Amino acid sequence: MLGALTPAEIEALMLSLKVASVAVIGALPPAIAVAFLLARGRFAGRALLDSLVHLPLVLPPVVMGYLLLVILGTKAPLGAWLNETLGIRFAFSWTGAALAAGIISFPFQVRAIRLSIEAIDPGLAEAAETLGAGPFDRFLNITLPLALPGIVAGAITAFAASLGEFGAIITFVSNIPGETRTLPLAIYTAIQSPGGEAAAARLAALAIALAVAGLLLAEIAARRVRRLSGR
Amino acid sequence: MTLSATINHRFPGFRLEMDFEVSGTGLTALFGPSGSGKTTCINAISGLLRPDQGRIVINDRPVFDRAEGLNLPARRRRVGHVFQDARLFPHLTVARNLDFGARRSSNPPSAAERARVIEMLGIGHLLERRPATLSGGERQRVALGRALLTKPQLLLLDEPMAALDQARKAEILPHLERLRDEARIPIVFVSHALDDVARLADDIVVVNDGRAVATGPVDEVLSRTDLLGLTGQSEPMSVITAEILRHDVEGGLSELGFNGGKLWVARVDGAQGDAVRLRIAARDVMLALEPPQGISATNQIAGRVAEIRSGPGPYCDIRLICGGSALLARITRRSAERLGLGPGREVIAVIKSVSVNRRAGQGPALNRPAG
Repeated sequence: MLGALTPAEIEALMLSLKVASVAVIGALPPAIAVAFLLARGRFAGRALLDSLVHLPLVLPPVVMGYLLLVILGTKAPLGAWLNETLGIRFAFSWTGAALAAGIISFPFQVRAIRLSIEAIDPGLAEAAETLGAGPFDRFLNITLPLALPGIVAGAITAFAASLGEFGAIITFVSNIPGETRTLPLAIYTAIQSPGGEAAAARLAALAIALAVAGLLLAEIAARRVRRLSGR
Repeated sequence: MTLSATINHRFPGFRLEMDFEVSGTGLTALFGPSGSGKTTCINAISGLLRPDQGRIVINDRPVFDRAEGLNLPARRRRVGHVFQDARLFPHLTVARNLDFGARRSSNPPSAAERARVIEMLGIGHLLERRPATLSGGERQRVALGRALLTKPQLLLLDEPMAALDQARKAEILPHLERLRDEARIPIVFVSHALDDVARLADDIVVVNDGRAVATGPVDEVLSRTDLLGLTGQSEPMSVITAEILRHDVEGGLSELGFNGGKLWVARVDGAQGDAVRLRIAARDVMLALEPPQGISATNQIAGRVAEIRSGPGPYCDIRLICGGSALLARITRRSAERLGLGPGREVIAVIKSVSVNRRAGQGPALNRPAG
């Protein structure tokens, strides 16, 4: 199937997979931390944090891309500082696309992980405490393994959402071939160019195949993890 | 070894004001109705709940002292805690559950100690299984082993049999008896089931409405008629410690002696001189003014009426003193009047049924005298 694709199309596919992987892996640690806080924490501002996490779900992606541009663009103070002192540049780079995708798919990860943490009997952590486990020990050896089904489910959903992200990416990092032109952007570009219908159809078929594979993978992973965690 | 606890804690609509002491290596029951504050008390001792006020000392080592701002975290208290719902870690095998505490201990059990605990609880064949595949009784035995392998100074059992059906309960009771006799640490056992308490406990703390209303040896406390409203509303019973005098192998009987008389019961496992515990339901004790003749019941104990107290419905509860032991009888008020019973009256107690279990932890046996 890959043989039918042009080098540019393969480039878009690989870039998409890279952007989505980095987005999901990068967002995972903060997603676990926020999910744990929301599931078990009792603190002022919890409701605010909850709404903030869900903001990318309700905000138009274009607005999210615009906000990122305003905050992290090369001329914006934070963006310029990151670029000059740390050499990290998000604007017009694939890392910016990963950042945008990571933020957009963040709520999916947090929701899935939070639900699975809430489903864990808090009594297990108490039992671990009477057996000599401190707070971090309990988190690492009880909460985290038992939340694994949610972590896997969240990661797969977020990966799919990242693969499909269009608005935030094109607004924040533009549509640069080989750098920020992911699969959806390549489909959009093909549709816009004269005689690009065949290319658009091929890319769309590829996107559908990826989505189906993702769903199958999610189901297999969920089953395996459930067996591992003894549920 | 001692535990002394003063615990004051306030919940909305409930107030706990417990003050009690446990000493020795035996099993002390915290007995009381549901909602009387037993579990709160246990959680405060193990460190899962921080009381508003109070002081908890385990083996001369304070673990909580509000006045001095001391509140040792649960993981440093060296208290084993077994929960009603076992709380095994579902993602770990039985072996890894058992070793969870040991891996975090500065003084882990030796391989021999570990093997002994596993043997005592009969869980050797379960080690590679996951908790989800265990029965309720097996789970509780693993939970007991997990707590024991932390080498605790004190073991807390929070209604470990409340969630089990009769069959599972019968499966775990002998293990608890063995634990009590072999573990050499004080055990605090929370229960609202009088029969379990009468069978297992050496001492009892009767809890009602957040307070310890009576503390003492189980035979003494259970025979106190003023507590019957709490201890034996439905089934008052006497607990008597006895020893095996001899066996009648042909007749399938054993003779037991206690401070107050002798009883024949169906054959009990054990050697001459072994201690056994008798539980005699007050309903199974008939009273006669003179030794009855031509009656099937062989067990007749002479005693003196110490106290008569009105019971539920048509019944009254009578406390007899037989030698050095107390025996409760529940008869109708009409019968008591007919016999003219009153304090000081000499009577013969005819015992219809005795439950015996060996102090050293043998299986249960309901022994009906052959008569």
